[in-house]
Amino acid sequence: MFSADLLANAVVAGLLLGGFYAAVAIGLAIVFGQLDIVNIAHPAFIIVGAYTAYILNSRFGFDPVLIGVAAAPIFFFAGAAIYRVYYAAFERTGQESLSGLAFFFGVMFIIEVVLILVYGVDYRLVQADYIGQSWRIGFVDFPLRMLVPFIVAVTLTAGVYAYLSRTFTGRAIQAVAQDRLALQLMGANPIRIKQWAFGLGIATAAIAGALLIIIGPVEPSVGRQYIGRVFAIVVLGGMGSISGMFIAALILGLVESVVATFMGPSWAPAVAFGVLLLTLALRPAGLFGR
Amino acid sequence: MHLFKRRWMSRAGAVALAAGVALAGWVAPAAHAQQPIKIGFSMALTGGLAGAGKAALIAMEIWRDDVNKKGGLLGRPVQLVYYDDATQPASVPGLYTKLLEVDKVDLVVSAYGTNLIAPAMPIVMRKKLVFPALFGLGANEEFKYDRYFQIMPAGPEPKTDWSKGFFDLAMEQNPKPKTVAIVAADAEFALNAAAGARTNAQKLKLQIVYDKTYPPATTDFTPIVRAIQATNPDIVYVGSYPPDSVGMVKAAHEVGLKTKMFGGGMVGLQFAAIQKNLGPLLNGIVNYDFWVPEPTLKFPGIEEFLAKYQAVAKDKGVDPLGHYLPPWAYAYLEVLGQSVQATKSLDQGKLAAHMHKTTFDTVVGKVKFGKNGEWAQTRTLQVQFRDVAPDNLEQFAGPGKRIVLYPKEWKSGNIVYPYKQ
Amino acid sequence: MKKISPFWVCAAVVLAAGLGFTQIAENEYYFTALYVILQALIMAVAWNILGGFTGYVNFGSAGFFAVGAYTSIALNKALVGLPLPLLIVAAAVICGLIGLGVGYLTLRLKGVYFAIATLAMAIVLETFVNNWSYVGGARGAYILTPESHLWFDSYIQMLFMLMLILAIGSVAISRKLNFSRLGRGLAAIRDDEVAAECAGVPTLRLKLVSTTVMGAMMGVAGAPYPFFVTYVDPLSAFNLFVAVNAIAMPMIGGTAHWVGPVIGALLVGSMQEIVKVNISSELNILIVGIMLVLFITLAPQGIVGLAQKYFRGRRR
Repeated sequence: MFSADLLANAVVAGLLLGGFYAAVAIGLAIVFGQLDIVNIAHPAFIIVGAYTAYILNSRFGFDPVLIGVAAAPIFFFAGAAIYRVYYAAFERTGQESLSGLAFFFGVMFIIEVVLILVYGVDYRLVQADYIGQSWRIGFVDFPLRMLVPFIVAVTLTAGVYAYLSRTFTGRAIQAVAQDRLALQLMGANPIRIKQWAFGLGIATAAIAGALLIIIGPVEPSVGRQYIGRVFAIVVLGGMGSISGMFIAALILGLVESVVATFMGPSWAPAVAFGVLLLTLALRPAGLFGR
Repeated sequence: MHLFKRRWMSRAGAVALAAGVALAGWVAPAAHAQQPIKIGFSMALTGGLAGAGKAALIAMEIWRDDVNKKGGLLGRPVQLVYYDDATQPASVPGLYTKLLEVDKVDLVVSAYGTNLIAPAMPIVMRKKLVFPALFGLGANEEFKYDRYFQIMPAGPEPKTDWSKGFFDLAMEQNPKPKTVAIVAADAEFALNAAAGARTNAQKLKLQIVYDKTYPPATTDFTPIVRAIQATNPDIVYVGSYPPDSVGMVKAAHEVGLKTKMFGGGMVGLQFAAIQKNLGPLLNGIVNYDFWVPEPTLKFPGIEEFLAKYQAVAKDKGVDPLGHYLPPWAYAYLEVLGQSVQATKSLDQGKLAAHMHKTTFDTVVGKVKFGKNGEWAQTRTLQVQFRDVAPDNLEQFAGPGKRIVLYPKEWKSGNIVYPYKQ
Repeated sequence: MKKISPFWVCAAVVLAAGLGFTQIAENEYYFTALYVILQALIMAVAWNILGGFTGYVNFGSAGFFAVGAYTSIALNKALVGLPLPLLIVAAAVICGLIGLGVGYLTLRLKGVYFAIATLAMAIVLETFVNNWSYVGGARGAYILTPESHLWFDSYIQMLFMLMLILAIGSVAISRKLNFSRLGRGLAAIRDDEVAAECAGVPTLRLKLVSTTVMGAMMGVAGAPYPFFVTYVDPLSAFNLFVAVNAIAMPMIGGTAHWVGPVIGALLVGSMQEIVKVNISSELNILIVGIMLVLFITLAPQGIVGLAQKYFRGRRR
């Protein structure tokens, strides 16, 4: 059963999936990787993004990706607001680890249940012309339903990477985790910077959510399936490294796809977590961690 | 301070007492007149199965209103007493105990789905209650309770009867298929369906060339469909839940799956919203269903019922057409109600005896229970999607889009075979 | 010496009250509700040993609980008719070993990495159980209610008394840990692990004790579950709601003191049961989530902390 055709398609499908995973994980890579804030509710925000895309797409017929991009600024402000609360309750008093985790855990549940109460548990889908079409190059298929999210995800990652390394705020974000005092001495307000970063992380959730609902149907509890994947990617990539995160996402997508094709799909999630546990046990700094 | 408080309290107490007496005096005469017959159950109104649960509840309330308009049961009005089990099996024992001991219901019916039926079984068994059940594949196989009555028309051997039609149809074709691929979600119903499919395939001496399961969290089905294609199966049997059914159908289209028959046990392809979304991608798929608006299935009362349902279901976040679960939710109360009227009693033993031997006339046609509370004869339809147009919900409201191929007595057309070459 | 007597007196009173209740009460609904609350209590107390006392957050509570349940199922299938107490002991041993294993594997992990590792562990366990066809895999397993229920009127009453005894036992263990030398060591780890190491506290050994005890206790909470619910499948056994409750109840009650999780469980558990039959079950999760967030942000020391502040204020 092992044929070049099957392998090539599994690899391509895996890479496309991995690209999408990068879009899902990038928000956490910023917030957790750069700021050490454990936003376990990040997948829940992505689901909110997916529902936003669904609502506007089914009402007005707008393209989901455009909705995601348009919604990003709103999510940005929401993220900044949540960070304010988080800061006031935890960081200022130094209570971070235990309480901060539990805080976002609670937020995750609140988001999920509110979505269920408002929209119910029916699966929601979006309509777009490219969903269902597929390009063929040789014997390899590129379903547009996966290709479009891949392209958007790559653009998003590249954009965030450029932002973090080129702009003042971006570099300040990288700096605030490394040395807060030095940053203050440089004239930047660390609280403001962290707020900006958190907002940015949540803004990516708007786009990632739109991509998620393009790939497949979404209902409120789908977010939970991504918690593990998202953390696995960020940890495997290494804290603080966007490029590491992207490569880790591709690896995860690849492994899941190849295992699903050749070993049987039931082992795919365990493999993903096996990777995570192995990384934590052998090299907690990840591939490119600082 | 204390004195003031005491005076206040005694005054408040007096008012409360007076109000209580007045209320009792007002209520008591009414209570003597018409004690309602209470039917108790838990239903998934929130959680994973809520879409179906809410639709079922709408149907059950329509039944209650229909019965009460005709004077109720045994001359008494019917009252439904229910709780939301939130699709949490751990809630069910507590809820049914409350229904029986605190709310003192006269009759019980089940929740929807095996997960939520099973936890109630020990309680109803201990109290020897008649227990009409709403779906759940083979839920009574371990308990073997003789007062359990399953309204889902799976048949006397539920796990194999479920897929029997699919395989029988395939074997009727010329040339006969030789190989089959079986794929299922790693979850209760799908695994049972796949197990049944496996048994049927082995009985028919088909070679199983692919037999794998996938975790329910799978988002991308193209690797799976591709792996299936690589084995070149003549027929493909899928046991899946709504999101994976959608994923499978889309992936089959993207990969360009070439096989002679595709479908079987895909839950979700019976739901209006999914049918509308998938549109022409459904064409050619042969899948199970229980009722479709074909001329051969025009049972007395079904169209009336659906009209009532559709009027209520608008904007409630449930299936707008209501073809899948609601008629059966109506029917499982119908058989209970008709038994009460026929035996003129609420005695559980008499009701059970009646339900065992009677063929009922319901909105879903004639219902007869057989071995272990399952249907005496299977009526799991195999239905083929045909001429489905894109993005159109109304086309499914009438005949012509879902052709019944099996069983023979309900057939409304001939199969279009092969699926894709 | 003075502290021991009142607790054990209370425990005896509660036990007697429970027994009395089984004799008097005609209405079995209360037993099912109390069973659920007691189960949550044991989970909360267990979680708090690692979470509150030692400062390591465990997101994988559902994993231990489910393994306890599945140990029951597997042993019940292998040796039908094994009495429930033996199944509970077996579950305790196995989950304790898993707790020990988790402790070892996560030696170097601190804070959030540990929490993610526990989440990953729970999912790996779930995948494993899903693929284990002996206990039914994803298809689930049925446990038929056994015939005998000793001298009680019904099986659920016996389950209730069993849970009551287990609950008192776990609270006693937790209390012992809180006030012992061991407990002080755990508190030192919670406050500053590096400093504790420097002060000579055997952090590794204590952490392992902590994870083992927590694991065993959660397994004990899970062992009778199949007998309560009759049908178990991995999806409902490993459900995240169990894990959230296990975290929310101690945090709301107060994590530093052994009585915190007890208060949290009784309060939140009762509220959930009341909401379930009066409003809607889905709202339960919303309420727990909101309470969790409110308490964490406004009263991080939980109800116990609020009470302590109040009494401290009054004394002045």
